[in-house]
Amino acid sequence: MSDCSRRSFIGRLGAVALLPLQQAQGPLAGEGEVGTLRDPGAAGRARAPTEIADYDERIKVIEQRLACSCGCTLDVFTCRTTDFTCTYSPQLHREVVELDRAGKTAQEILDAFVAKYGEKALMAPKPEGFNLWGYLLPGSAILVAGGALVAVLSRRRVAVADAMAVGVGPSPSITSVPVTGPHAADATPEEMERLRRALAEVED
Amino acid sequence: MTLLGEFCLWLALLLSAWAAVLGFSGRWQDRPDLTASVRGAVFATFGALAVAALALWKGLASHDFNIEYVAAYTSRNLPDGYIISALWAGQKGSLLFWAVVLSLFGALAQLLTPRRYGALMPYVAAVTSAVVAFFVCTMVFAANPFERMAFTPADGRGLNPQLQNPGMMIHPPMLYLGYISITIPFAFAIAALLSRSLDTGWIHAIRKWTLVSWLFLSIGITLGMWWAYVELGWGGYWAWDPVENASLLPWLTMTAFLHSVMIQEKRGMLKRWNLGLIVGTFLLSIFGTFITRSGVIASVHSFTQSNVGYFFLAFLVVCGILSFTLLYTRWSSLKAEVQLESVVSREAAFLFNNLLLVGVAFSVLWGTLFPILSELVRGSKITVGPPFFNRVNIPIGLLLLALTGIGPLIAWRKASTANLKRQFIGPVAAGVVTAVALLAAGVRGLYPVMALSLAGFVAGTIGQEFYRGVRARRRMHGESAPVAFGRLVARNRRRYGGYLVHAGVLIYFVAFSGMAFKREIEATLKPGDSATLTSPFGHTYTFTHVGVSQFEALNRVVSAATVQVAKDGKPEGLMTSEKRQHVDSFRRPTFEPSTEVGIRSNLQEDVYITYAGSVGGTEEAVYRLTINPLVWWVWFGGFVLAFGGLVTMWPGGGAVIPVARAAAARPSLAEAGALTE
Repeated sequence: MSDCSRRSFIGRLGAVALLPLQQAQGPLAGEGEVGTLRDPGAAGRARAPTEIADYDERIKVIEQRLACSCGCTLDVFTCRTTDFTCTYSPQLHREVVELDRAGKTAQEILDAFVAKYGEKALMAPKPEGFNLWGYLLPGSAILVAGGALVAVLSRRRVAVADAMAVGVGPSPSITSVPVTGPHAADATPEEMERLRRALAEVED
Repeated sequence: MTLLGEFCLWLALLLSAWAAVLGFSGRWQDRPDLTASVRGAVFATFGALAVAALALWKGLASHDFNIEYVAAYTSRNLPDGYIISALWAGQKGSLLFWAVVLSLFGALAQLLTPRRYGALMPYVAAVTSAVVAFFVCTMVFAANPFERMAFTPADGRGLNPQLQNPGMMIHPPMLYLGYISITIPFAFAIAALLSRSLDTGWIHAIRKWTLVSWLFLSIGITLGMWWAYVELGWGGYWAWDPVENASLLPWLTMTAFLHSVMIQEKRGMLKRWNLGLIVGTFLLSIFGTFITRSGVIASVHSFTQSNVGYFFLAFLVVCGILSFTLLYTRWSSLKAEVQLESVVSREAAFLFNNLLLVGVAFSVLWGTLFPILSELVRGSKITVGPPFFNRVNIPIGLLLLALTGIGPLIAWRKASTANLKRQFIGPVAAGVVTAVALLAAGVRGLYPVMALSLAGFVAGTIGQEFYRGVRARRRMHGESAPVAFGRLVARNRRRYGGYLVHAGVLIYFVAFSGMAFKREIEATLKPGDSATLTSPFGHTYTFTHVGVSQFEALNRVVSAATVQVAKDGKPEGLMTSEKRQHVDSFRRPTFEPSTEVGIRSNLQEDVYITYAGSVGGTEEAVYRLTINPLVWWVWFGGFVLAFGGLVTMWPGGGAVIPVARAAAARPSLAEAGALTE
């Protein structure tokens, strides 16, 4: 085999080796103004061109209050614009658009969904009946606990003040040291020196 | 190797049961002869489980598809990195991962705990071993990762495409590390209760562990948000999904504990509350695991439904009953050493902070379980999604943000009016200026304006604390500002690390409020067609569709849709979003096509494009185009939060001082014109 044919052989070998890569990364097999995909199935489900209703703010707000029934736990709008494999959310979107075109208000559309699919069609339950507890309990619990805390602390403050008035502090080891600025004036030089040493030690 | 792995599981079960039984009984009867072998058994358990994990990894790496787990989560063409992460990708493997890490933490607790806590250690070993035994038991009897099949498939199914993301190699382990390490503080709490060593000793012993747990949970949650944002394609990072909520619950109670424990250390108060928080945090970590693995509540994150959930439910109930019964029996020994003196004090602020943190935790738990409750009561199913959680939690979250700014401004024990005036004037001014600036700039919306104004207030508090600290050091030691700043933080790591954490939280809130101004459109474009979108910051983005290319990669066929992006008329480059059809080594499709979004991020906003699909198999592409404001700050907030956590837990930096000493120090600081705590 001459040098030339060897070079040509190696070149052909290289071309063969690179063939899958060339095929894989080559230009689209489409032609014309809008090319066709070589493997449309790999690009997910075929889509219809976007309509105005697909991104209409009013429709979006309604769909964000409706739960998709595919089990994804997302709302209809988020699901249809995220999980492009879901077949439920596009259908539910069409239903919303149809009701909207029929002149229904947002509330009427929501009511129609509840009538058809049950209350689980809503992303959040209506604040009525037992479900009102769902909304009110956490905030109420915090308010009640906070109020109780303030009441208890206020009562304790009075008790502590009374105890201190008769010379029985809540904790002699702690109350024996003055706390705030005005009290510092009462400190003896020895105490002040001790405080400085403490400061040097703790840096705070 | 599977035989060895399975043998090691059984060995680990025996060893952990041994350590649990002898740890409890030996320490209870005060018999060193019984507890002598416990420490060794803890180490040996870790050894056995480590070998089991290695055996499973060997099976994954060698494509032993006869093992059901290997066939279910890997394929021959799965990239190597995901072979490693496949260990925690599925139910059975993640249980093994959990058990091996827990046994490692149990062994580290034995090794690293100072000798002065020696009396607690047999109980600590017993508790950690009992929990390890539970996990191993679950594997052996309900979810064996080494289970073999009757036949060997030529290739495995491969990993779920959404898990083929670098974030999934870090996010689950971080979250698991957070969940798992909670067991160690829980074990010390139980040990303290059993041995009646109810002073603050056990609190000091677990300080690092609680911070480690909190830090891992924080990082894990942030990484989870990042993963959801870049992988799930809906343009958000938090959806109040039950599994997301499950990770937030222990984080909230642990955060409450990290605050309230300071009151116990400084004032000897809240002993019962702190024990309750630690027990509650552990139970919530198990509850989160139960939710993820039982299928009782629908979630996009859940593992396949299995009977493992029943194991966790039973464990949860048993642990809850035993722990709270124990706490009840020691109730009288847990009286506070001193009484709280004023509603206007740092202690009271911490109490209210705890109330809100636990309140948010309750609210999230309530919302997560409410569908079940409502169905039980009313007999009809309901959905509890983001609108519910936002309505209930945003007001509480804003209160919490306000308290983040208020707490540090109030003195310990009792604040005087003069003190309050001096402390609050700067931060309140910062909040008011922020609110006015926002309204003047045309920002509307109650919650975003409130969140950003409160963020201004909190930033004022943090800035003031640092400023006064630096100024004090400069006056007292004559240091330059940078040196004073460095030494201030270095010598008070807990306090100033805590402020950094607050800064991280504040950045989070600011970033979260940005999502209220999100803009999005959907557009169908032929090559050369354009769509425009104006961002809330007033920039006009033009997206010109270039085309769709298809090519094959290692384990997938990729359809890449590309747009040319111009911002205010200036070209910004190309952005690509992909559809990926994953295939096995025989090029057979394994999952439905998944979507990879294209993201271009800057400090103001993210441009986020999603290729929704093609029209009629052509290059005419449907895009979802989104502008997400302030998202970069979410990740930066996470970084600041984690950095602050690291500063707080870094060794050295000054001990915790009882308030008597801190209070004693204050007059001389006042003399120096310095900070007021």
